[in-house]
Amino acid sequence: MIKSVFVRPEKLKVFRGLFFGEVNAIVISSIPLVAFLSIFMGGVISLQTAANMGSPLLPEYTIGYITRSSTILEFSPTIISLILAGKVGSNIASEIGTMRVTEQIDALEIMGVNSIGYLMAPKIFSATLFFPFIVIISMVLCMVGGWVAGVQSGLYSTETYLIGIRAFWYEDQWYVYYALVKTVVFGFLITSIACYYGYYTKGGSLEVGRSSTAAVVAASVAILLANYVLTQLILV
Amino acid sequence: MIKIENISKSFGDIDVLFDINANFKEGEVSLIIGGSGSGKSVLTKCIVGLHEVDTGTVLFNGRNFTKMNRKERIEVRKEIGMLFQASALFDSMTVEENVKFPLKMFSDMSEEEMIERVNFCLKRVNIIDKNGLYPAECSGGMQKRIAIARAIAMNPKYLFCDEPNSGLDPQTAIVIDNLIREITYEYNMTTVVITHDMNSVMEIGDYIIFINQGKKWWEGTREEIITTDNKEVANFVYASEFMQSLRDKLINN
Repeated sequence: MIKSVFVRPEKLKVFRGLFFGEVNAIVISSIPLVAFLSIFMGGVISLQTAANMGSPLLPEYTIGYITRSSTILEFSPTIISLILAGKVGSNIASEIGTMRVTEQIDALEIMGVNSIGYLMAPKIFSATLFFPFIVIISMVLCMVGGWVAGVQSGLYSTETYLIGIRAFWYEDQWYVYYALVKTVVFGFLITSIACYYGYYTKGGSLEVGRSSTAAVVAASVAILLANYVLTQLILV
Repeated sequence: MIKIENISKSFGDIDVLFDINANFKEGEVSLIIGGSGSGKSVLTKCIVGLHEVDTGTVLFNGRNFTKMNRKERIEVRKEIGMLFQASALFDSMTVEENVKFPLKMFSDMSEEEMIERVNFCLKRVNIIDKNGLYPAECSGGMQKRIAIARAIAMNPKYLFCDEPNSGLDPQTAIVIDNLIREITYEYNMTTVVITHDMNSVMEIGDYIIFINQGKKWWEGTREEIITTDNKEVANFVYASEFMQSLRDKLINN
């Protein structure tokens, strides 16, 4: 299946149109959800860190530092990818699954179109290339959320929070690359797994629903396993 | 011409088709008839390569389709148009985009030329000023006609129709049948229609093969099917008592 995805498309012009259509459907349309989640999760991470800092030996800027680290290392790349697995994965699996059970994929094949390449390649490429941008947006908004939550509740000042955000940045900045590498892998996993489950759906509408659920479960498991392996390989 | 030789197909332990031979000629409407579950659709899917045959060969004008690699098959498929049972129109595309799709993928036409061809094909199936509608906004009969327009957009040499009348009222079914027949004669296509609609058999069947229990049970013309002695074919064609009495009258006269 994967081999057929990377076959040269029948018409590059058509592929370009499909690719940007998928960037819009998969990536751009996910930004509001990601922004909403990131702002509130950033706020909660900061507040929980502040609430659990009992030791007077810990400087107050640790709140900003922990918010930044947890956001870059785990929340934005992994949790957002898990959420996108639900949103994007189920959407892709049900879209392709419906096309399968209504013989639209057979119609593509009969016309001589490489149905795997036509349906899957734009989705896989758009998610793999553009999910990192969503994650960068999420990282920024998460830290903004942490700042807003802490400052408005009076737990810390803007200056203290910003010191925490900037702390040890020189040593830690490669965490961003680690996060982006993870996101590229997760983007590929989410879309390819969802495409696979959708494409090989057999039956009717009930099976489309089952494929959609199975795709989300499989993609989530794959993300968690890949997260562990990549962390072991890159971070440890 | 399409020639099929000794086609057999099974799915796991279930044998579906046994040793089927047939010749589908150019400029003729050939019908594959048979009861539900007899293997008609599987046979058609084997012919067009959606299912791989276990044994046997499919020849498109002498070219052995079963031995071809994917690339070679794609070239043959560009000469095939297919009308699916549920139309299989792309539901996220408008009527115009559906008909334009094969042109966009495989022709070097300019946008204007494509629109001209789309309008010609839609007009040919009597659909006018519906270019902007989505398939869900069209009736069943219209969807079939749009699917025919899409199937003929690339001037195919071979046309396959999988139960083109299913879910249609008798009048609309006759319109679709006549359209298939007219297009076949007009473009000298090799047309294969799967059906269990006896109106279609009598209306458009130039050559008919009857499939029963996965085997070719009978073949002949529509004139021959009326008077055939073959018990299974007669039971299928004249399923009701009314039709049987009609047959007796016909033979006696």
